[in-house]
This record gives sequence, C-alpha cells and structure tokens, in this order.
Amino acid sequence: MTKLLQVDGLYKSFGGVEAVKGVSFDLEEGELLAMIGPNGAGKSTCFNVINGQLTPDRGSVKILGQDTTGMKPHNICALGVGRTFQVTATFPSMTVLENVQMVFLSARGRLSTVHRTVSRLFVEQAMDLLRVVGVESQWARPCGILAYGDLKRVELAMALANRPRLLLMDEPTAGMGIKERLTLMKLIGKIASERAIGVLFTEHDMDVVFAHADRIIVLNHGVLIAQGSPAEVRDNHEVRRIYLGSYAR
Amino acid sequence: MGPFIVQFLTGLSNASALFLVAAGLSLIFGVSRVVNMAHGSFYMVGAYVAYFAISWLPKGGFWFWGGILIAAVVVGLLGTVVEVLLLRRIYRAPELFMLMATFAVLLVIQDLALWVFGAEDLLGPRAPGLDGSIQILGALMPEYDIALILIAPLVLVGLWFLLNRTRWGVLVRAATEDREMLAALGVNQKRLFTGVFFLGSFLAGLGGAVQLPKGGADLLMDLNVIAAAFVVVVVGGMGSIPGAFLAALILGELTSFGVLFIPQSTLVMMFFVMAVVLVIRPYGLLGKPEGVEHTVSELAQWPLRKASRKLRVTGAVLAAVLLAFPLFAGSFQLILIGEIAMFALACMSLFFITGPGGMVSFGHAAFFGGGAYAAALFVHHVNTPMELALLLAPTCMALLALVIGWFCVRLSGVYLAMLTLAFAQICWAVVCQWGRFTGGDDGVLGIWPSPWAGNEVIFYYLAIIISGGGILALRYLLFTPFGYAMRACRDSRLRAAAIGIHVRRRQWYSFAVAGMFAGLAGGIYVFSKGSVFPYEMSIPRSFDILLSVLLGGIHSLSGPVVGSAAFIGLEDLISRVHFWRLILGSIFILLVVCFPQGIAGYFSARFAKEPGDQEAGSERSG
Amino acid sequence: MRVVRIVMICFAMNFIAAALAVPLSFAGGAITVGEINTYSKLTNFTIPYRNGWRLAVEEINNSGGIGGKKLEVISRDDAGKPGNAVKIAEELVRRDKVALLMGSFFSHVGLALTDFAKRNRVFYLAAEPLSDALVWAKGNRYTFRLRPSTYMQAAMLAEEAAKNPARRWATIAPNYAYGKDAVKSFVRILKAKRPDVQFVAAQWPALFKIDAGSEIQALAKADPQAVYNVTFSGDLAKFVREGKLRGFFKGRFMVSLLTGEPEYLDPLRGEAPEGWLVTGYPWYDIKTRAHTRFLEAYRKKYNDYPRMGSVVGYNMVLAVASMLNRAGDTNTDRMVRAMEGLTFPSPFGPITFRKIDHQSTMGTFVGYTTLKNGKGVMRDWRYADGREYLPGDAEVRSLRPRD
Ligand SMILES: Nc1ncnc2c1ncn2[C@@H]1O[C@H](COP(=O)(O)OP(=O)(O)O)[C@@H](O)[C@H]1O
Ligand SMILES: [Mg+2]
Repeated sequence: MTKLLQVDGLYKSFGGVEAVKGVSFDLEEGELLAMIGPNGAGKSTCFNVINGQLTPDRGSVKILGQDTTGMKPHNICALGVGRTFQVTATFPSMTVLENVQMVFLSARGRLSTVHRTVSRLFVEQAMDLLRVVGVESQWARPCGILAYGDLKRVELAMALANRPRLLLMDEPTAGMGIKERLTLMKLIGKIASERAIGVLFTEHDMDVVFAHADRIIVLNHGVLIAQGSPAEVRDNHEVRRIYLGSYAR
Repeated sequence: MGPFIVQFLTGLSNASALFLVAAGLSLIFGVSRVVNMAHGSFYMVGAYVAYFAISWLPKGGFWFWGGILIAAVVVGLLGTVVEVLLLRRIYRAPELFMLMATFAVLLVIQDLALWVFGAEDLLGPRAPGLDGSIQILGALMPEYDIALILIAPLVLVGLWFLLNRTRWGVLVRAATEDREMLAALGVNQKRLFTGVFFLGSFLAGLGGAVQLPKGGADLLMDLNVIAAAFVVVVVGGMGSIPGAFLAALILGELTSFGVLFIPQSTLVMMFFVMAVVLVIRPYGLLGKPEGVEHTVSELAQWPLRKASRKLRVTGAVLAAVLLAFPLFAGSFQLILIGEIAMFALACMSLFFITGPGGMVSFGHAAFFGGGAYAAALFVHHVNTPMELALLLAPTCMALLALVIGWFCVRLSGVYLAMLTLAFAQICWAVVCQWGRFTGGDDGVLGIWPSPWAGNEVIFYYLAIIISGGGILALRYLLFTPFGYAMRACRDSRLRAAAIGIHVRRRQWYSFAVAGMFAGLAGGIYVFSKGSVFPYEMSIPRSFDILLSVLLGGIHSLSGPVVGSAAFIGLEDLISRVHFWRLILGSIFILLVVCFPQGIAGYFSARFAKEPGDQEAGSERSG
Repeated sequence: MRVVRIVMICFAMNFIAAALAVPLSFAGGAITVGEINTYSKLTNFTIPYRNGWRLAVEEINNSGGIGGKKLEVISRDDAGKPGNAVKIAEELVRRDKVALLMGSFFSHVGLALTDFAKRNRVFYLAAEPLSDALVWAKGNRYTFRLRPSTYMQAAMLAEEAAKNPARRWATIAPNYAYGKDAVKSFVRILKAKRPDVQFVAAQWPALFKIDAGSEIQALAKADPQAVYNVTFSGDLAKFVREGKLRGFFKGRFMVSLLTGEPEYLDPLRGEAPEGWLVTGYPWYDIKTRAHTRFLEAYRKKYNDYPRMGSVVGYNMVLAVASMLNRAGDTNTDRMVRAMEGLTFPSPFGPITFRKIDHQSTMGTFVGYTTLKNGKGVMRDWRYADGREYLPGDAEVRSLRPRD
C-alpha cells in the first residue's frame, strides 16, 4: 500500500543556515500527524518543501507514491494537497466567499472562464464550506479586514475546497484562545476522519497536540529527534530534555 | 592598437559619466523606493548652475572645481526642497504616485529652466589644466576624459566609505535592506530620507556639472539622460551602488564599441543590453530579490466593487449623452471626444494589468503604437479594408504581448516595468530603422477610414462604440474568473500558487489581453489621425498613457476614463499657452498631494459610503 | 471640501488662461490663419521663428492688412507629437475656422499635417520641415514648403565639396529620417559629380544623444580625407569639441549641413570650427536692401539679431500674405492656385513657389566658417538660390504622386 506522504532524507539550507538536516517521515491516510519543535527548528521549511514552495537541497518527497520533489506548488496542489500558512495568506481584496470560490474555480479548471462572472459560480459549494469552518456570517467581508482567527478559518476552508487528500497546516491555531483551539482541532480531526484526509500540522500548544495527534514527530535544529505515538514521545528522554523542558512546569 | 585603447578609454569615461547620474538615482530608490523621474532634471540644473557659477567665479583650476561643487550642492538643496515640500507628504501613497509626483517636478523644472536659463544651448567651459590631449600609441585622448575616468571610482570609494564606515551610512543600508526593521528601531526616517535625497540629488548635480567640459547645457538634457540613468540602475540592480558602477562600465564600453562595429546600434544598444540582463538576471547584476513572495501589494487593500446603482445610472446617462452628442456638438468636439474614448481604451488596458493585475508597464505604447502600425501597415501594403485591419491590429498585438509578456511576467515591480520599457524601445527602434517596411521616421500616411465611415459623425460612433465596448469588455473581464485569477496573483502569489493557480501563466495571459486591447485602441486611433509615426511607440507615449491612468486613479475602475478625459482635455487646453508644462506639472502636483487616490478614486471613495456588506448582499440575492 | 475648491480653482485658471491665449479670432474683417509649431521643445529655433512671423504680421497689419482685413494668427504648440498636431489642426480648421495652416518644425509632424491637408483639402504651408518626402513622395495638391529641403541643401554642399580633391569620405548623421535623407542625397550627388570618391564610413549617433568621443574614434579609424556632418545643436557642439581635442579635424576637409546658421554656430563661440564648408545664414554680412530693411526692423523690435528661424517665420507670413492678396479670398482651391507660381519679395530676394512640386525656391548661404572676434562666422559665402538645386522636371514628376 502506498503511503499518502513519504519524506525521505530532506536537506535544506539558506545561505549558511542549515534549516533542515536529513528529515524523513511518512503519513497515512486519515492520520493526524503533529510536527513539533521549538521556533526555528525547521518546521515551516519542511512544509514549504513538501508543498513545492522550496526545492530541497537533497532528499525526496513522494505524495501518493508520486515523486514530487522540485515540482511547483500549483502542480502539487493539483495532486490533492491543501495548505495553510503560519502567517495567513488569503486574497485581501476579495470577500471571504470569493476567496473560497477561487479555490473551486482553480480546482475545476475554470480560471480562463470569461463568459460568466464569479458572482454566479460555485456560490453554494463555497457557502457550505464556510458553514463547515464556521465563518459563514462573515462571507461578504473582504479578507483584508477580517480578524486573525477568522482568517485562519477561511484558510482552512480554502485548503479543504479542492477536496485534498493531504492537508498541510502550519500553526493552524496560532493567535487563538485555548477554547477556540480545541474546537478547531476537533473540527479538523472530524473532517480528516470523515474524508480520510491525512493531516500534517504544527502546533505549539502541547495540550492540543497530545489531545488530537495520532502521531508526533519532533524536530530540533533541523534534525528529527523522535517520533511515535503521543505517549511514546511524552516519555522520550531526549524530547523531554531539549524540548518539553521549556514547557513542563 | 592605439585607437582601440583610446576607444576603450572613451568607453570608460562614458561609464564614469553614466555612473555619476545613476548612483544618486539608485541610492534614492534603494532607501525610499521613489522612482525619481526628476533625476534627469536635477542633472540638467546641475549643468546650468555649474555653467553660470564657473563663468562668474574667477578663472583657474581651483575655481573651476569649486564651481562644480557649488552646483552639486545647489542641486542637492533643490532635491531636499522637493523632498520636504512634496514627496514627504506622499510616502504613504502607492509607489506609482511618487512616480507621478516626480514626473510633475520634471515638467515644472523644464519650463522653469527655460525661463531662468534661457533658450540657447550653452557650450561648456573647458577644465583649466585639463584642456589638452595626451598621446596614447599615436592616438589622441582628451585629458579631461582621463580625469573623468578617475572621478567615478573616487565617488564610488567615497560612497562606500560613507555607507559602510559611518553610522548614517549603516542606517541607509539598513533602510535599503529592510524598511520595516528600521522603523522598528525608532530611527527618524524623515531625516534619513531627506539626507538621502540630498545626497542623491547632489550626485545628479555633480554628474551634470562634471560633464560640462564634454558638452554643455541644454534644455533636452533631462529627458535624454533619464532613460540611460534608469537603464544603468536597473542593469546594476536597483539600490546597489557597486551594481550601478559595474553596469555603467559594461554599458559604457558596449556603447563605445557598438558605435565602432554597428554604427546603427545607437538607438537601442542600452535597451537591448538591459533586456538581455533582465531576462537572465531578473534583479539586475548585483540586485537582491525583494521579498515579493511575502509583500502584499498595496493595491490589495482596495476591493473591487461592482458598479453601485448610482454609478450605473451615471454610466447610462453618460452613454446616452455620448450617443446624442452629435446632435448638438460641433465637429471638433466630436473629434476630441472620440480621441478621449480611444485613449481611454488604451488607458483601460494598461489599468487592467497595472491595477488589478499589479504589473506596471512603462512600455505600453509598444502595443498602442504597435496596433496603430499593424493596422496602418496592413492597409498600406496589402490594401486591407478598415474593418479587417481593426481585427488584425489587436490580434497582432496580442501575439506581440504574448512574446514580450513571456519574458516580463518572470519579473516584478520596477524590474518588470523596465523590461517592458526595454522591449518597447526595441520595437520602436525596429520601426525607426526598418524604413522600407515601416516607413521609418517618415511614418505611414494616408490611412483613412473606409468610405462608409469617412463621415465624422459615423466615425465618431465607430470610435465610441469600439472604445466603449473595449472598456466595458475589460471591465467585465475583471469580474469573471479570468480577472479574479489575475487579481489573486496580485493579492498573494503564495496563496494563489497554493490553491493551484499557475501564477506566471495567469499573468502572461492577462498581459496578452491588455496588449490586445491596447492594439485595438491603436488600430482605431490610426484611422482617426490618418497617419502614424514612431512617436506613437516611444517612451513619452508610454508615459502619456501611464500618467493618464494615474491621474484617474489606480484604485477605481472608472479611473482610466476619467484620467484620459482629464489628460486629453488638459493637453488641448494648455497647448494654447506658453509654459504649459509648468501648468500641467503644477496640476499633477496638486492632484498628487490632494487626491492621492486619483480623481476617480477620490470621488468613488466619497460616493461609496454605504457599507460593502449591504451592497454585496443585495448582489447575491439578486 | 477645501481640496475640491483648490481643484476647481486650478481648472478655472486653466480655462481663463486658455481664453486669454486665444486671440479674438472673429474680430470684424480679419483673416485668421492657424500656426502650429513645437514651441515647448527646440526653443533655440522656435523662439526666433516666432519673433520672425510676429514681425511680419505686425508689418502687414500696420500697412493696411490684406485687402483691408487684418491678418490674425492663432498659434499652437504641438509638443512634437504628430497626433497632437493633427488634433490641433482639426480644431483650428473646424472650430476656429482658420483659412489655412502653416508652420511646424519636425519632419514627422510636417508629414502628418501634409496628410491632414490632403484629406481635408486644407491649405498647408510647411515652413521648416526639411524632409524630401513632404513635397515629393508624399506631396499633395494642398501642401507647400518654404525652406530648401534636405536634398537641396545637400546638393548645394555637394556641388562645392566636389571641388575638393578629397576622395575618401565618411559621413556622420543623426539616426533618423533627416540625417538619413541628408546623407543619401549628398552621397548620390557627390558620386554623380565625382565618380572617384568612395565613402569609407557612416556613423549614426542617436539624435541629441551623441557619444561624441566614440563616434570620433570610429571615424578616425576609417581615416577619411573628408567628412560630411549632419549633426546639429547640442550634438554638434560635442562633436566639435571632441574632434578638436582628439585632433580629428586636422588635415581633414569638413562639410557640415546647417552649421553656419546662427542657431547652431553661435553657441560654439570661440570654439567654432574653422574652414568647414557649411550652409548657414551670415546675417552680419548680407548687404542687400531687402535684407538690411528686415535686419533693422527685427533689431528694433526685439533688440536681438535674427536667426535662420526668424527668416523662416518672417518669410512664411510674407508668402501667405502675398498669396492671399493674389487669391482675393480664402477659398482653398483659389489659394492653392494663387500659391502655385507665386513670387514674393523676401529678405533673401524674390522667392517662387514652384507649380510642379510646391517647393519654394528659397535658398540658403553656402560658405566656409572662420573665427572673427572670438565668434564663428561665415566667410567667402554666396547665396545659393534654391531653384538651381532642384532636380529636373521629369525627375520631379516621377518622384511625386499624381494629384
Ligand atoms: N527564506 C529564508 N531565508 C533564510 N533563512 C530562512 C528562511 N526561511 C527560514 N530560514 C531559517 O531557517 C530556520 C528554520 O526556520 P523555520 O523553518 O521557519 O522554523 P520553524 O517554522 O520551525 O519556526 C530558521 O533559522 C530560519 O531563520
Ligand atoms: Mg514556522
């Protein structure tokens, strides 16, 4: 059986900084995999390599068995990869609804349509998704003036709109209160199991991570130092020493 | 051997002169992101002031160089005044408005210089002690050229010390690399910018003054030097002083030897080199990529709104008035309105990629003039009927835009703009040089409408319908997935790519669409004028279009129409008075200071008081 | 609201300025003519030119006008843009109802107006544009041209240049139509007169952007015995200075178009080249009655000496006035017929507009440059009458499309 995502021996450096050094892991369908590690550990870099934003110096990425190393983000997206960013990226001049419509238009190959206006395309589908992530009341506001938490949800809706098999979520709950975090993660977990989506996410709140992740991988200084079930990782000495130390009271 | 060495040294001295103008421009851009169109004017003022200072001061080498320094300082102060009185008010406005403001300064200085310095060309004084020549292997080389060759490296070293060894210089470099960080550090940005403007203008003045012994001062210097200065800055990498030096060296030598081996190359050599460099290195030789991935275009703050009911009514009334116009207007008014409409279509096509598309073009006249030429040449060579020519012109321009756009969409920001300029200049040079086919500078004459459209009222309707139709089509396009995809690429490349949009391809298609509609505008335009000349493809023409777009406002869909009307109307009004550039420049300055969002933008901001939610809501239910 | 008011005021100012600038064109019994030129550029030509035509208008109106009517000129600036020139022409003809059009400097603007004149059947007198095409390849029934064309001036120089023994020639000319035409004509005529000459180099600097040092080096490399120069204005100054410094002119025979005109020679001051064969305007030495009268009137009115442009402007209005006197009214066909073959007295002597190609026979002065009191002047000059430097009638007919 082919894995949803296989990352093998990834290296990436920026000038002198080696951000990622030989990271390998994989991800099954329907699995929630948390990637944790202190700031600067190389998590976002891994995400950027997986979705094609960056080309790795060495190593390979396979999605559904297909080697995607060096492919462009828009092609990787077409394989069924949805993504959210640590610093939200939406289309600020468009409304929430239009942001989600854009994903449908792109996924269905309708971007060159010139005979119909956007206001009549994929409206119901987009509204349904907004309901799923809970920002339907904001649908007519431009993204440029949205609150940060709502933006994160819009991004989630956008990531889900092209029916992805793999979801890459870089700090999906950053900037939210604890209650909101837990509800959002619960939502993500529900969606993942319903649709059999594999989710790779990063998260700083250990309560959230241990409550929701099926599996955890730990990065430090670009090196993968541990992986396993939440219980295994919790008991790992090295992790406790260099990482959890700062969290454990 | 001697002649080659002298040719080489001549190239070096050209490089020196180029570097002196370009260094200041690069410095100013690097720190303040102002694309300073008035830089050439500062150069010209430097030459004039130095001329008068030197002839007023006692003779002698000391006083000669003293006069040059005085001129540089005077110009530095002039730049400071411009910065404090004008630019400082608008740093928050979109970058393009800075361009408009500095262009206005250029216009004002042109007329003021005529008024203050007089119309006659002035021959520069020779430098005392450096007025002879030396023998190099049998060939003569002017001593002053040797001095020039030494001045540029001196200035380079001086700048290097200033930027690397003083606190002020470190701040300037920090500002060049990261503006936000500088603001976070609590540095007084205002004073820093003013200082940089002084230094940049000082260098421009120095450049103008130092070239006196090689030429003189005349009123065309400003425009003649500004393009070259921009080329050097862009080839070197914007904001990079060593880059400017390297680029000046390369361009100086290439033009010098170009003259020797391909005498006709003089029209395009620089632009050709720029195109090649930018295609290979999108940020110039030593430039650093800007974090385009993460910077959100300032334009992204402006949502695109469907026409409100008020605007629709206004539009309908306007259309009705235009259609009924021939009933009560004189024939010249018809011609004027027709011209405004055609020009508005050209402006709309530029607005299409510049506003919602986020791609500024400095070379849009390539497509406008190109369309005019395409139509004219079909008529001239193969007797194509007007109707067919009006189809072929946009088709040809869409193809041309596909070719040019393929290279341009790989770039962004000022680099993209300068690459469009380079291509436009290459097209222009081809039209100039290929006289047999294009008529060269003598243009193509006798391109009048088909007999059925020869009547001015009928032609008026034709122009209005084609232009109006084109404008509405482009407008409609902005609301279709095609336009949204383009806007998505402007808003956030990162997000666009992540949802599967092929960013470059969308931009490429948009560029072609813009080229096509500009070609249509040019096609109909040539039938209204009866003739076409290379001027229609030249840099000033591109700037006419760009300025009109800015005049109308880059944030408003009706901006191009308003801008075109204002521009053509003003141009017509003020061509009766002397010193019209002074008036036009002052109007631009007023507009920039009072309406940073353009005329139409200003009014639409006032009209659009109703909250966006409500409007959008009614749309969806409807 | 303050902002709105400022803009209103600024627009209002414009309208007022515009209103003031337009003379009262329909004042009783006046003949209104339209004049278009590139006033905002090339001021060293256009300002003396405007002085010239204003002087003529004043003189004509002071001596009773044309058939009792005053001559009035509406003057507009085309900014060097052919499209603008056509628009202004439309406005002058349709709204201001001018009787005819005249003026322009650039050849492309002149050609645009030529075509406009043809289509709209409007009388157009091109004053300055030198392009040969204006009266030949693109000539038409409604267009006349005052100044000796590129071809004529090149022919005048070639005739004199042929007397020089030099056989290896080089050319340098601005890289646009005027320069190319001037070189082509000169080469053709010189070769016809002197089959033994050969042209060993041709340099084409960009207009007003000459890289004089490199151009001089490139010319020197070809080592010609004689050089034909077409650069002018700022380009000329740079060319002369670099050439002197690089010892290029030593022992070489230099032939130079327009260089003797005060517009271009005077800015060179003490550095004016010596011994160059040029066309120009030695106003200081022309002692004919007609010219002296013009010179005195000009000096009196402007306290300045005339340039070539002044004469062009002055002659332009004289020609129009004589034509109007002869035509009797402002019907275009009658004006065209009156202009064909019209001879009028000018400071340069009588000038005729040829029927065959509508080119005037106005000539120019050919001579050698020299320094006098630290200023460049022409010596050994003679007036070359335009009529002697035009091709034969058969050739002209073949050059010109049939009306
Ligand atoms: N574009 C970049 N250029 C230079 N260095 C970078 C870039 N992106 C990330 N880095 C560096 O790589 C390291 C890893 O960063 P990142 O992947 O963002 O960490 P994390 O997401 O785990 O906080 C950091 O030291 C960061 O400074
Ligand atoms: Mg991160």
